Amino acid sequence: MEKLIDKQRVVRYMSSRLLRNNVLKLLFFLATLFGLIVLVVLLYRIFTQAIGWLNIDFLNNFPSRRPENAGIKAGLVGSLWLMIIVAPVSLIIGVGTAIYLEEYAKKNRFTDFIQTNISNLAGVPSIVFGLLGLTIFVRELNLGRSILAAGLTMSLLVLPVIVVAAQEAIRAVPNQLREASYGMGATKWQTIYRIVLPAAIPGILTGSILALSRAIGETAPLVVLGIPTFLAYLPRGILDTFTVMPMQIYNWTSRPQADFQHVAAAGIVVLLVVLIFMNSIAIFIRNKFQKRY
Amino acid sequence: MELTVVKERKNKQTEEQGEKNVVYRTKNLNLWYGEHHALKNIDLDIYENEVTAIIGPSGCGKSTYIKTLNRMIELVPGVRTSGEITYRGRNIFDKSYRVEELRTQVGMVFQKPNPFPKSIYDNVAYGPRIHGIRDKKILDEIVEKSLRGAAIWDEVKDRLNTNAYGLSGGQQQRLCIARCLAIEPDVILMDEPTSALDPISTLKVEELVQELKKNYSIIIVTHNMQQAARISDKTAFFLNGEVIEYSDTDKLFSNPDDKRTEDYITGRFG
Repeated sequence: MEKLIDKQRVVRYMSSRLLRNNVLKLLFFLATLFGLIVLVVLLYRIFTQAIGWLNIDFLNNFPSRRPENAGIKAGLVGSLWLMIIVAPVSLIIGVGTAIYLEEYAKKNRFTDFIQTNISNLAGVPSIVFGLLGLTIFVRELNLGRSILAAGLTMSLLVLPVIVVAAQEAIRAVPNQLREASYGMGATKWQTIYRIVLPAAIPGILTGSILALSRAIGETAPLVVLGIPTFLAYLPRGILDTFTVMPMQIYNWTSRPQADFQHVAAAGIVVLLVVLIFMNSIAIFIRNKFQKRY
Repeated sequence: MELTVVKERKNKQTEEQGEKNVVYRTKNLNLWYGEHHALKNIDLDIYENEVTAIIGPSGCGKSTYIKTLNRMIELVPGVRTSGEITYRGRNIFDKSYRVEELRTQVGMVFQKPNPFPKSIYDNVAYGPRIHGIRDKKILDEIVEKSLRGAAIWDEVKDRLNTNAYGLSGGQQQRLCIARCLAIEPDVILMDEPTSALDPISTLKVEELVQELKKNYSIIIVTHNMQQAARISDKTAFFLNGEVIEYSDTDKLFSNPDDKRTEDYITGRFG
């Protein structure tokens, strides 16, 4: 039988094939390394600067004109207050929207239009959301520079991300599970509540908590709202004004005294710890839900 | 020989009693997926406590038809129907007929085993629970009865609280049958229930179908003609969205009226 493949050629081609494979492997490894190195340098700089400044007093003090007395208490507590508004508002509205779009809404031009716009909103610069919040919540609804106004603005900011993440998680639930449920006479809500959501919750939570982390680190919209950076008291309710960690850090980095750079570094460490803590909650919840099955 | 006589007499009885023993009566059913005319003028009566097999080549509309019987087909966007299907005398397309009510009477077993990612117990208890049964004692009883009914109780009774995904494919399919029995249906629709299973699991499911027909009316779609011949009482042959022939299984496989049926069952196409 005549052979169409020349084995000699295959052998000759082999080494260049393998070489290309190894070169690309190296390139991809370098790409990964680049990100890692930048991260390590950043962390090293911040931690060396923060050493000596990061202590209980730093967590317990209000901001001060003297760097050695400055603390992040107002920012830390303010950021937690912000989450008390942002987490429930954005989760309830975001997951609700995702459920409606994925499970109830008919696929037509109108829902396509909504879908496209939600995806686009996720890419809108945060400062634009700040202006929206300033117009609607601070001025129109007269909420002032309160936790409520800032929380609602931040909720708008992270909503598109949560909606898209939740939609993807809901879409990933195999249709055959829904069919099995409907086939036994379950209503749509029963199917969603008992089958779709339990299967989708790990994905929804992962996406949502990452979105909330973004809200905790975000500064621009709050600058537009006019949230103060120097506050020597704690808010007592959601209608009080407040400040958050990134605003506080931004304020410190713009001070002329060199010592404030150390204070800022200490603030960044606290912010990072809060973010890592939130992400570990996400991982914990995800693992817990997965273990049930 | 004697068996055939008995069967014929039984069929005659069925005809004489007329409406009473008909579970499903399909009259002039047409169905379109958008522009595609998938079912054409289907007329079919399905009888109580019998196994009705639906055979035909891929794309002939057999799965579409069985999914119309519990209106699962409506999950597909762009489906239109005309004509009527009555279940125990009521038109299932009636506005007043709630689809959840219909599906409480008509259980379904799917092509691929599709247990929920829950424990074996919770899988079987799912149906009763969504219908509002919360009493633990009753649920326990239903679970045991259903699992026994699906001939899987002995294999799983010691691990009811373990995940259903740990079962083999054949066990999963029998669990799905148990889950379906748990809502105490009147009819069981089976859409190629053994196509994803190995021969031994297939045999077990087939034996189970024989057992179940004492208490349930079963409609089974299969692409396996031997299976249809083995387990069904009546067989309908679908081709290109039409019912070519519908009669007693023995007759359809030994002496079909239509040339196309003969060509199909002798393996000349499809």
